[in-house]
This record gives sequence, C-alpha cells and structure tokens, in this order.
Amino acid sequence: MAVMAGLLSQALAVPHSLGHTAATMQNSAPPAIVLEGLRKRYAAGGTLALDDVSISVQPGEIFGIVGRSGAGKSTLIRCVNLLERPDSGQVRVLGDDMLGLDDAGLNRARRGIGMVFQHFNLHSRRTVAENIAFPLEVAGVPAAERRSRVAEILPLVGLEARANAYPAQLSGGQKQRVGIARALASRPRVLLCDEATSALDPETTEEILALIRDLRARLDLTVLLITHEMGVVKAICDRVAVMEAGRVIEHGRVFDVFTRPAQPTTRRFVSEVIGHSVPAETIARLPAPEAGETRYLAHVLFAGPNSTRAVISQASREFGVDYNIVSGRIDEISGEPFGIMAVAAYGAPAKVTASLLWMQELGLTVTPIEEHA
Amino acid sequence: MSWLTPTMQDLFLEAFWETLIMVGASTAISVALGLPIALLLFVTAPRGLSPNGWVNRPIGLLVNALRSTPFIILMVAIIPFTRLVVGTSIGTTAAIVPLALAATAFLARLFENALREVDPGVVEAARAMGATRLQIVAKVLVPEALPGLIAATTVAVVSLMSFSAMAGAIGGGGLGDLGIRFGYQRFMPEVMATVVVLLIILVQGLQSLGDYLVRKLSHR
Ligand SMILES: Nc1ncnc2c1ncn2[C@@H]1O[C@H](COP(=O)(O)OP(=O)(O)O)[C@@H](O)[C@H]1O
Ligand SMILES: [Mg+2]
Repeated sequence: MAVMAGLLSQALAVPHSLGHTAATMQNSAPPAIVLEGLRKRYAAGGTLALDDVSISVQPGEIFGIVGRSGAGKSTLIRCVNLLERPDSGQVRVLGDDMLGLDDAGLNRARRGIGMVFQHFNLHSRRTVAENIAFPLEVAGVPAAERRSRVAEILPLVGLEARANAYPAQLSGGQKQRVGIARALASRPRVLLCDEATSALDPETTEEILALIRDLRARLDLTVLLITHEMGVVKAICDRVAVMEAGRVIEHGRVFDVFTRPAQPTTRRFVSEVIGHSVPAETIARLPAPEAGETRYLAHVLFAGPNSTRAVISQASREFGVDYNIVSGRIDEISGEPFGIMAVAAYGAPAKVTASLLWMQELGLTVTPIEEHA
Repeated sequence: MSWLTPTMQDLFLEAFWETLIMVGASTAISVALGLPIALLLFVTAPRGLSPNGWVNRPIGLLVNALRSTPFIILMVAIIPFTRLVVGTSIGTTAAIVPLALAATAFLARLFENALREVDPGVVEAARAMGATRLQIVAKVLVPEALPGLIAATTVAVVSLMSFSAMAGAIGGGGLGDLGIRFGYQRFMPEVMATVVVLLIILVQGLQSLGDYLVRKLSHR
C-alpha cells in the first residue's frame, strides 16, 4: 500500500511552475523587484542560507514567499533592502541596482522601500505619532510637514484616537498598524513584510491582512511578504514562491500552486489550508477492502474547465472502481472557486491507479491521504 | 545638629560642599566621557553597526585596566597626570581627576550594557528606513537607552560617594574624610555617626531620584 502510494504520488506530480516564468513576462511594466541568482552563506563552511534564488515581483502585485522556519525567507527579504548583503547575485528595486549604490545612495533607496516586522520594532519611548514620523525625521522633512503627513496617515490605519499613546499601551494588532503606518509614511512604492502577522492571533491577522490588501490598492503598492503560514498566502497573495533549504522549489500564481502543487513540501503546505484532514476515527470506520481489492484514500481537487464534470461517477463506471465520498467542500482563492473532496477508492489495484491517473489527466489534482494505523 | 560644636558644624558644612563638588564634577565629567566611549565600544563591537576590532579591543582593554585597578592605587598612580591636568596633586580639585577617571571607566561599561539592552529590532527598523549611523546613534540608541543610562548614572554617583571618602588620602576633604579624621582618629563617635547618617540620607535621596526618573522616562 505504501509503495503504491509513493508510485502514485510520483506519477501524479505534474510540474507546472516551469510555465510561469513566461507568464510573468506578460506584464509589460518593468518589475518592481528583481532578485537574481542570490547566494548567501553566513559562516564560512556553513550551509547556504540562499542558494541561487531568483524572483521578480511585478508592480502592484502582492508576492508571497512561504517556507518552514530556517528556509531562508528572512535572509531573502532582507537582501531586498540590503539589511543583509548577498555574497553574489543581483538586486534591483524600482530600477536601482542596490548593490552598486554607495552609503548615501543606499539610504536614499531605502527610504523608498517600507518594511514591516514580525515584532513591530517600534520605539518604546516615542508615541504612535512620533514613531510614524520617524522615517520623515530621518529623511529631513520639516516638522510642520511631518505633522500633516502623520495626520494624513493615521486614519488610513485607523489609529486617529491613539496618536499620543506609547507602544506599550497598544494591542499587538494596533502595534502592527503603527508599524505599517510608519513603513508607509515616506510614501514608498514597495512594502516588505517579514512575518508581519506571525505574532498576532488569527482574527487580528485577518484584520492586518485586509489592511495590507486595502492599502496596496489605495496607494498602488508592490508588496513582497514572507510567511510560514499558507493561510496568509491564500488570503492576500497574487503569486507565491515556496522556499526550502535556501532554494525556491516552486512558484506561480497562488491559485495554480494551491490547486496543482508539484513538490511534496508544497503539497504539505497547501494541505494545511485546503486539504482539510480526515479524522483517524473516520478512516477507521471505513469498510476494509475485499479480497483482491485495494483501498486508496485521496483528496481530489476540482479546478479548471473539468471541475463541473461528473468525474467520480464516470470514473466509477469506466474503471469499475467504487468511490466512497468521505467529505467535500467548495473553496475559493483570489476569487476563483474550486472543490475539494476526500474519497476512498475500492477496486483492483491497477484499476484504482488507472482511474486516479485519468482524473489527473483531466486536470484534477489527486493527493494521497496518509493512513495512520 | 546641636550635638556638634559650632566649629564642628562649620567643618561639616565645608565637608558637605567638598563631597558635593567632588561627586558632582566627577559625575559630570564621567558621563560626558563615558557615553562616547560606550557608544564607540557598542558600535565597533563584532556585531555592531560598524564592527572594528582595532578600535574596540584597545579601548575595551583600557577600560578594563582602569576598572580593575583599586581606586586608592589608581589615585596615587596617576598623580603626575593629575598635576598635569589641574596643576596640583592635592586638594578637592586634584581628587576630582582620579574620581572622574575611575567613574568614566565604570560608566563606560555600564552605559555599554544599557545600550545592549536596546531592542536590536528598533535599530534594524531604522536601518531599513535609511537612517545614517549618526542618526541611529542620536535618534534610536541614546533615546531608547535613556532610562538604562540614568539607572547606570545613579549607580555610578552612589559609588562615587563612597570613593570620594578615600579622596582624603590626597587631601581631597569631604564627608568621608571628616569622619576618618575626627570620628575615628580623634575618637568623636558623634561625628562618625553624623557622617554615616548624612551619607545614608544622601545615597537614599539620589537613588530615589534616579528610580523616579527611570520610571518617568521608560514607557514599558
Ligand atoms: N545572522 C545570522 N547568522 C548566522 N546564520 C544565520 C543568520 N540569520 C539566519 N541564519 C541562518 O540562515 C538560515 C536561514 O535563516 P532565515 O533566513 O532566518 O530563515 P527563515 O526566515 O526562513 O526562518 C538558517 O539556517 C539560519 O540559522
Ligand atoms: Mg524568518
């Protein structure tokens, strides 16, 4: 059974990310951020934190980078504004060749790139208004202009009433609103978010994500965000890159990556948010296969033109396989709907494999469900 | 202070002023010198804003050397230096030199520790916003560390009160010296008791003031 599951998942894995480099080229405006062939090793002889990473982010899009802790996400996003210098590669932001800038040039370029942090990084002894004014102070904006800009931006993040509060008097969500307001004070066109919602509870996370989505549209921002939560990607990203061990292992439109993940790591990430797990007790109650038959548990994801066909009953009829539908629901990513169903297939091993491969050919995604005894 | 003779009362008043001058002047000098040294140590440290071992190591070594020399030895060892700076090697003014030197080394380390307490994330955010190193020092490090810097200064002032008692060895005068000369050497327990009580009240007052300022300035 385990062997078959392995073979199946190999056979079913259809890489799709290769096609997307071309897709990104459709946009005629030059990319807002281009990272090319980035390599970074922190300690001589240590592992590569970045191993030949290339990414380009289009103006106006929200690009997510997802990966487990230690995958190299923070290192990557910190290379965009050169908080960390890559050992080799290219970094272009809004047309600036960042690595070619001198100190003064780099500081000027950084003022056009906002950054939001997981732990907010606010000045504890500055009020909300003073924190937001900080980047303006740094840029030499006169006090009167600073005040009017702060007054303008406070309502954008819904903090008019807390202008004179200190960070310690705010909730996590409010602190992050200050962090976002501060990042946007000097009107940057690019916003970097390093795990901006990872220190927040789920409800506040949604609030902050909605705020970022809203600000992107209003201020015409390009957003590059990193996260270890696939839910964040699902909620606001247009495109996503999946990182593992310093490399980008898969990237593409969020809908495509979610509905047709090519890499096992991506599949695990995706299953966190859309592959609702089947409880062990439910699996235990399923009938055992009869002699000569096998039982195969899988998630079938319906997306694209064939998602409205009666695939299950057709497969059942044509391959002589019985499908027990364990659960099913409809979900939506970036406004595109898809269905996901957990099924138990019963039949001769060869027939079961053939029927699932046939579904895969129709463009559905079949992912084996691990059976834990 | 009716338990003291009028002459003794005058001596107390004078000693009180001497202590105040020694401690006040050496505090002012050591804060003014200790803060830049601490900033230099902090900024040039291995993971600092501009790591530089050639600056960091010698200064660190000098600070440690000064701190590990017992004050009474430091005081006599630097007599030639003291003479060079203030033109004399005895008296209250002369005592200020070794006191300030010892306190500078002491404060440089305490200040450096206070700077290390600053959330590195705030410094990083400032870097990301395009702040120059000077702006980071002036607008982030010092303001964020201010409560810690004041707490460190309070500790230093209290230590200076105690060190200043040793200044009697080079004719510095002050309350401690008065206690030794009259209370101890001339067997006047009421003088000794008065000195001790006065010092306790002074130290308590300074500590309370320091604590109050720290509380008022930190917003945690
Ligand atoms: N300042 C640093 N010094 C040394 N190693 C580091 C440093 N920052 C990150 N690393 C290492 O680089 C790798 C990638 O880290 P990071 O970019 O923080 O990953 P992520 O953000 O995906 O969790 C990890 O192995 C981590 O231990
Ligand atoms: Mg990280």
